[in-house]
Amino acid sequence: MSEAEEIPLWEVFIRPRNGLAHRHCGSLHAADAEMALQAARDVYTRRGEGLSVWVIPSAQIVASDPQDRNVLFDPADDKIYRHPSFYNIPDDVGHM
Amino acid sequence: MPPALVAALIGLADDHLILGHRLSEWCGHAPMLEEDLAMPNIALDLIGQARGLYTYAGELEGAGRDEDALAFGRLERAYRNLLICELPNGDFAHTMLRQFYFASFMQLFWQEVESSTDATLAAIAAKAVKESQYHRRHCAEWVIRLGDGTDESARRMEEAVTLLAPYAGEFFIADPEACGAVAAGVLPETQALQHAWQADVEQVFVAAKLAPPEAVYAQKGGRRGLHTEAMGHLLAQLQFMQRSFPDMTW
Amino acid sequence: MYSQGLIGSGDQTTETPKFLAAFQARIDADEKIEPNDPMPAAYRKTLIRQIGQHAHSEIIGMLPEGNWITRAPTLRRKAALLAKVQDEGGHGLYLYSAAETLGVSRKQMTEELVSGRAKYSSIFNYPTQTWADIGAIGWLVDGAAIMNQVPLCRCSYGPYARAMIRVCKEESFHQRQGYEIMLKLAEGSPAQKEMAQDALNRWWWPSLMMFGPPDGASEHSDQSTRWKIKRFTNDELRQKFVDATVPQAQRLGLSLPDPALAWNEAGGRYDYGEIDWDEFWAVVKGHGPLNKARVAARKKAWEDGAWVREAALAHAKKRAARQSVAIAAE
Repeated sequence: MSEAEEIPLWEVFIRPRNGLAHRHCGSLHAADAEMALQAARDVYTRRGEGLSVWVIPSAQIVASDPQDRNVLFDPADDKIYRHPSFYNIPDDVGHM
Repeated sequence: MPPALVAALIGLADDHLILGHRLSEWCGHAPMLEEDLAMPNIALDLIGQARGLYTYAGELEGAGRDEDALAFGRLERAYRNLLICELPNGDFAHTMLRQFYFASFMQLFWQEVESSTDATLAAIAAKAVKESQYHRRHCAEWVIRLGDGTDESARRMEEAVTLLAPYAGEFFIADPEACGAVAAGVLPETQALQHAWQADVEQVFVAAKLAPPEAVYAQKGGRRGLHTEAMGHLLAQLQFMQRSFPDMTW
Repeated sequence: MYSQGLIGSGDQTTETPKFLAAFQARIDADEKIEPNDPMPAAYRKTLIRQIGQHAHSEIIGMLPEGNWITRAPTLRRKAALLAKVQDEGGHGLYLYSAAETLGVSRKQMTEELVSGRAKYSSIFNYPTQTWADIGAIGWLVDGAAIMNQVPLCRCSYGPYARAMIRVCKEESFHQRQGYEIMLKLAEGSPAQKEMAQDALNRWWWPSLMMFGPPDGASEHSDQSTRWKIKRFTNDELRQKFVDATVPQAQRLGLSLPDPALAWNEAGGRYDYGEIDWDEFWAVVKGHGPLNKARVAARKKAWEDGAWVREAALAHAKKRAARQSVAIAAE
């Protein structure tokens, strides 16, 4: 077999219906964007799962390193003043 | 109801059943897994269209034949599909080019049927036109990819163009059984679609860097039940159960 | 759809006890493990092997049923079967994708399959001789697969669990499709009923074997269970399957080919006879009726398709190059 390279991997995002965001639903292999779009349609919307499809070459996704999790996300843990329950409002004020 | 219209609809249904059958032979054997899903999607659309057409033809005929009686219960000479539909699949280039030719033609055909004076056919067409539009798009992309891919894929695509050239002409030969339906605005005149079809093929061939097919002598006869030798073998599989176990429920 | 008890795994861990303990603590806390998370090499390797075997089973599983697509007895059955076999391809695709998040490529996995080195569910090495086999496979083989797969939706590895949720959702029609075929045959002519009984006779024992070797003989159950890759033992799942299937066979009016099969009042379960493990191991090791033919069919598809994949890549490069020239010219 002379085929040295592998056909690239793409990530597929589907909007189930208008009003909802596109959501990651899986991956596939495709040589070009049109092929990826069609494959996404053929693979991931066989049961009417979507009204809109995004495909993105997996290699183009920039992801945070899980090793950095503490550095990136722990600092947000103690900022409780960002949450509504931090503030004391008397009950007789009603829903706020 | 004129038996001619029934015969014309059966011919149309046969096109879809036989080509869908051929395409389904690829399931599990495609060049890549994504295509193992794409081809059955097309085949399922075609089989669905065949079912709608057989059922309607059976109703018009009023002789109690349902979709299965029509699909499985006839002798080879009574099948009226275009010859291009029954040809063996060949390689992936041949399969995709045949499918592109057919989808491009059917897209034009169904667009016309959408305004048919027959409401049932117009409804079938409204669904089928969307399906054939997608089939056309999928297969045209492959024709372009393979035509303008590697030397080998270009060679295979050129071979497919040559092999299929004698069979494309049959799309545009008037079905004698359809004459009345054409006159009544029930079905379109296929000859009138030839120009648009050729323009579509040309446009895709330019993108695919393929030379246009040479004009050759057209093979014909499918609509009169004159088939290739491949047809009998196809029917042997298609009809195996109904022949071995007649008149049973499955 | 067709996971089988994992066969042949034997990995040593080299990580520090501290690392392993921290990882186990995450698992015990029901945290999901995601692709880039630190994980023991053996966890990764076990998953690659299990997901790979599972994916291969889906792909090989397309062949025995695909054998009847062109011969299905009615148009309704034809469409349903084609859609089902297509689904198996989709499930293989989802699973390969899940395995790819662990650093193995689909190409590598495919090459392993077509070289004959990879394992897959041994049941697909049996032939589909009659239309009733399509019913029996849907009913029994998909039924057995569901027993296996539902727990996998809660597996500790996120991408595998997510793929399985999708698979199980799509799968729900497969078993019903098979049972409906059997029901029509069982209610049909004597020839049809005989066809159904014959298929059940041939597929029953291989279906029980699908759950893998008995618990005592399974090398990896323990570690896989601790890592929550596996949630039930092979024998537990097999028992659940027998208990669910016996009444379904009775409803069909068909008999199961096991004289030892009997309701165990005290245990609240069906007892069943001894499985022929010699046959099981022979088929696993490549001596089933169709092992070679199955792999050869996939090898042919892969090799015959090479020029198509090469052309698609070559065309994509040309297209990209033309695009960048066009942009440069602006």
